[in-house]
Order: sequence, then structure tokens, then C-alpha cells
Amino acid sequence: MKTTTVIKKKSKKLEGSMKYVFMFAAAVNIIAVLLICIFLFANGIPAMAEIGFWKFFSGTNWMPGNNIYGILPMILGSIYVTAGAIILGVPIGVLCAVFLARFCPKQIYKPIKRAVELLAGIPSVVYGFFGIMVIVPTIRNVFGGDGNSMLAASIILAIMILPTIINVSEESLRAVPESYYEGSLALGASHERSVFFTTLPAAVSGVMTSIILGVGRALGETMAVIMVAGNQARMPKGLFEGLRTMTANIVLEMGYAADLHRGALIATGVVLFVFILIINLLFSIVKNRRKN
Amino acid sequence: MKFNSNEVIMNITLKRKKVDKLSLLLRVLVIAAALITAGVVIFVVGYILVMGIPNLKPSLFELEYTTENVSLVPALINTLAITGLSLLIAVPTGVLGAVYLVEYTKRGGRFVKVIRSMAETLSGIPSIVYGLFGLLMFVQFLGLRLSLLSGALTLSVMILPLVLRTTEEALMAVPDSYREGSFAVGAGKLRTVFVVVLPTAAPGILAGVILGVGRIVGETAALLYTAGSVAQIAPSVMDAGRTLAIHMYALSSEGFYTKEAYATAVVLLAVTFLINALSSFLAKRLTSGRTVGK
Repeated sequence: MKTTTVIKKKSKKLEGSMKYVFMFAAAVNIIAVLLICIFLFANGIPAMAEIGFWKFFSGTNWMPGNNIYGILPMILGSIYVTAGAIILGVPIGVLCAVFLARFCPKQIYKPIKRAVELLAGIPSVVYGFFGIMVIVPTIRNVFGGDGNSMLAASIILAIMILPTIINVSEESLRAVPESYYEGSLALGASHERSVFFTTLPAAVSGVMTSIILGVGRALGETMAVIMVAGNQARMPKGLFEGLRTMTANIVLEMGYAADLHRGALIATGVVLFVFILIINLLFSIVKNRRKN
Repeated sequence: MKFNSNEVIMNITLKRKKVDKLSLLLRVLVIAAALITAGVVIFVVGYILVMGIPNLKPSLFELEYTTENVSLVPALINTLAITGLSLLIAVPTGVLGAVYLVEYTKRGGRFVKVIRSMAETLSGIPSIVYGLFGLLMFVQFLGLRLSLLSGALTLSVMILPLVLRTTEEALMAVPDSYREGSFAVGAGKLRTVFVVVLPTAAPGILAGVILGVGRIVGETAALLYTAGSVAQIAPSVMDAGRTLAIHMYALSSEGFYTKEAYATAVVLLAVTFLINALSSFLAKRLTSGRTVGK
């Protein structure tokens, strides 16, 4: 009798303390976000202040040799490349999602779905390598120039965000009540018109979510972009000219940077981080609106 | 059901022969998009395989890396080491955290909401930002230098939200009757969690863990400045070493080893595909188990 009560007491103690172990494990997520913020901001903000916030954000020259650090070219580079990826990737992705959700014959649904999964699993270095070997030479041959260009980076990124766009859009298309579509059919609209003018508009917030996720992925992508974008630290000149993104800026120079140069690179990371935080915020706003 | 009704409707519209121009255009667009997507997949994967497989030479698989053979085996071993270390940290943390969220709190509580949004934030952070964080915190602040350990710590933070979310889903899929049954025979909460709930959810958790492995294997940017790019097998976890993905990056950016880079890409693709296939196989087992209700 005595031993059982002891065991019971012990197990009660264990129950109580284990609860805190679980709680701590969950709290690690909060700690991690805090640590990331602290380490980035503590190293990046002082550098920004030293360079001067206005000079840092609006400076069009990045010359570490002369201690000139303006990251506007890189901010624009990231935005242009991402915009290119969205322009190329979203129409194809959304239309493909419509196909999968509403047009796809049963026999080929699984193979296509598998293929999209395959695309999502390819590591970014392999995409970059494919870009070096296929896309860059093609652009060089067709449009002239060096080939390492904004267009090459946009094409690679468009391919990389396709799985996200397709999967999230398809899911939201499938969540639209069948009655919308049927109502449209009953009014005499064709299958295609019903899908495009009743089902797709009803799924628009899901499509928006997929685009936001795609933007996040394209902005943050590093290796594939470095390998094909040319990486010249100057204002973007055009579709067929090279440019440098914020992600590329960090990776290319972090290896040898020191002092203020290093700080400026970390500050670039801070700017990128803030961009991503804004995108996350947008994402959760759209998601909450969907729920309501 | 849905497909059948679609087919019937398509047949009706075809029979009417009143397919207007806009409808036709829309249909062509949709089919074209699907063809492009499928074409891209076949082209990318096919190109790498066709160019890479003939270059898979035995010299690529020698234990020692030299500039002659550009062997990928040291990188593969480093990858295994980093993967193991990262999982050692991320899996217990993620799984126990998920247990807390699902078994110990009411849904919709404030703390839970904060943790969820933090996990969501973590999963959106780009890998280069993780790389910077790892460099600042593990490599420099904690003085771990460029090492497998620094890399693994960085990656474990990166895959933590993935493990947490998939475990949460797997735990929520366990029917409440299991828990009630366990309580009814006198088991405590802890015992219920470890003996009944977690084993039932194991395939789902494993599927998530394997997805995490896939991310680790394909990761480059987060490791470049945390684990380094030394091409040899790291003698210990406190030494630098390159993983397979970094090896691939080094080969393709150096430009001297195009053939070897193709072959390495094939190996990298094969490894990631295998991992993803394994993960979806396990996930399927979980869902089929649920519908049968075993």
C-alpha cells in the first residue's frame, strides 16, 4: 500500500514537472524568434545608424572599398526579380490549379500532382545549376548580352514558386461550394464560364494567399538567384542586364567583410527580414479574413 | 463524383455544339498551363538526369576528396552528420512542444495563439536570414566557430516549425476515444500521451520529420556561413565541413567541374526525391489508418 502511494506521489510530481517541460519546448518558438530579432537588430541597426539611415536606404551606390553603402539597387533588384517571378508564375500556376480542380481527367490527375510535388522537392542549388546550364545560355543566344540577367532569375523563381501557387490555389478552388458552379450552369453558362466567373472569383482570397506565399519565397530565395542573376551591385538596368538582390548581397560578401562593411551586410539582412515580416503580416490578415 | 458530373456536363455542352469562343479560349488556356507545368517538370528533371547519369563515375564515390576526383562522399557524410544532429535537437523540441499545444491547452488560448504565430513567422524566414543568425549567435557569440554543430543548431531552428506543425496535425488526428480509454483504465495524462497518443501519431510525426530532412539536405544558404565549405569529412562536430548541397554549389560556381556537377546534381535529386517519397508514403499510411479506424 505504502509503495503505491509513493509511486502515485512521484508520478504526480512527474506529471506536474513534465507539463513545464512541454511548455518550455513550445516556448522555444518564441525564444527563437526573439533571439533572431535581437541578434539581427543589435548588429544591423548600429551599422545603419553609422552609415545614416537615409543614405543607407536611398543610396544608389554600393562600394565597400570606399565605405559607401547604399542598398537601393539591391532592394529594387529583389523587388524586380520577385515581380518578374509573379508575372510569369502566377498566371500559369493559377490556370494549372483551375485545371487540376475542375478540368482534369481522373487518369492524369495523380501524375500531374506528383510532378508538382517533385518540383517542390528540388533543392535550390539544383535549380540554380539548371539555370546556369540551360536558361542563361538560351537568353544569351536569343537576346544577346551576358545571359546572367533579371529575366533568368525571374524564370527560375517562377518555376520555384509554381508548386506553392498551384497547391494553395487548388485547395481554395476546391473549397468553393459546388452550388455556385451549379447555379451558374443552371443559368445556361458553359462549364468554362461557370468555373471562371463563379468558382474562381469565390476563391480569390485563397489565390491571394498563394501569391503572398510565392512572394515570400521569391524574395527570400538566395542560391538559385545568385547563380543566374549576374550580381552587379548597381541600379537594375533592364530585363536582360544583370542585377543583385539583397539575399545575393549578403552571401557574396559576407565571407570576407569586416567592420562597417559587415555591419552593412547584416543591415541588408535586417531589411530583408522586415520585408518578410510585412509579408507574413499580410498573409495572416488575408487568412483571418478568409476565416471570417 | 465531381469528376463524373464534370464529364457529364462537358458531354452535354459538347452535344449542344454551342461552345462559344470565350469558353474555348479559357479551356485552351487552362490546358496550356497544365502542359507547361508538366513540361517544365519533365524538362528540368529529365535534363539533369540525362546529363548527369552518364557522368556518375566510381571516382566520384571515393572516400577521400581530392581536386582530381571531386568526390562527393565526404560531403554526403557531413550531410548525414548535420542531419542527425539537427534532428536530435529539433525533433524532441518540436514534438514536445506540439504535445503541449494539443494535449495540455485549450484550443484558442492566448499562449497557444502566440506560439502558433511565432512558429508561422519562423517558417516564413528565408534561409539566408537563418544563416546570418547562425553566424552571429552560434559561430561568434557562443564561439562554436564554423562547425557542423553551428550548422546543425541553425538548421534545427529552421525545421522546428515544420516538425511542430506536422506533429500537431498528427496528434489532433488521434481520436479522443483513445485518450478516454487510456484514462478509463487508470493511466495518468503523461502515460496516456507517451503510451497511447504519441505511438498512434508516430507515422504522421515521422512524415513531418522526413520532410524536415528533405529541407536540411537541400539547404545551402543557411549553412554557408555556419558549417563552412571544407570539402573533407569533418573530424568532429566542432569542425567545419560542407554538405552535399554546398558541394554542389561550389562545383557549379567554380566552373571547372561541369561533368561532376551534373553527376552530383543527380545524386542530390535522387536523395531528396527518395526522402519526399518516403514522407508521403508515411503520411498516406496515417490517413488510411484514420479512415479504417483501426
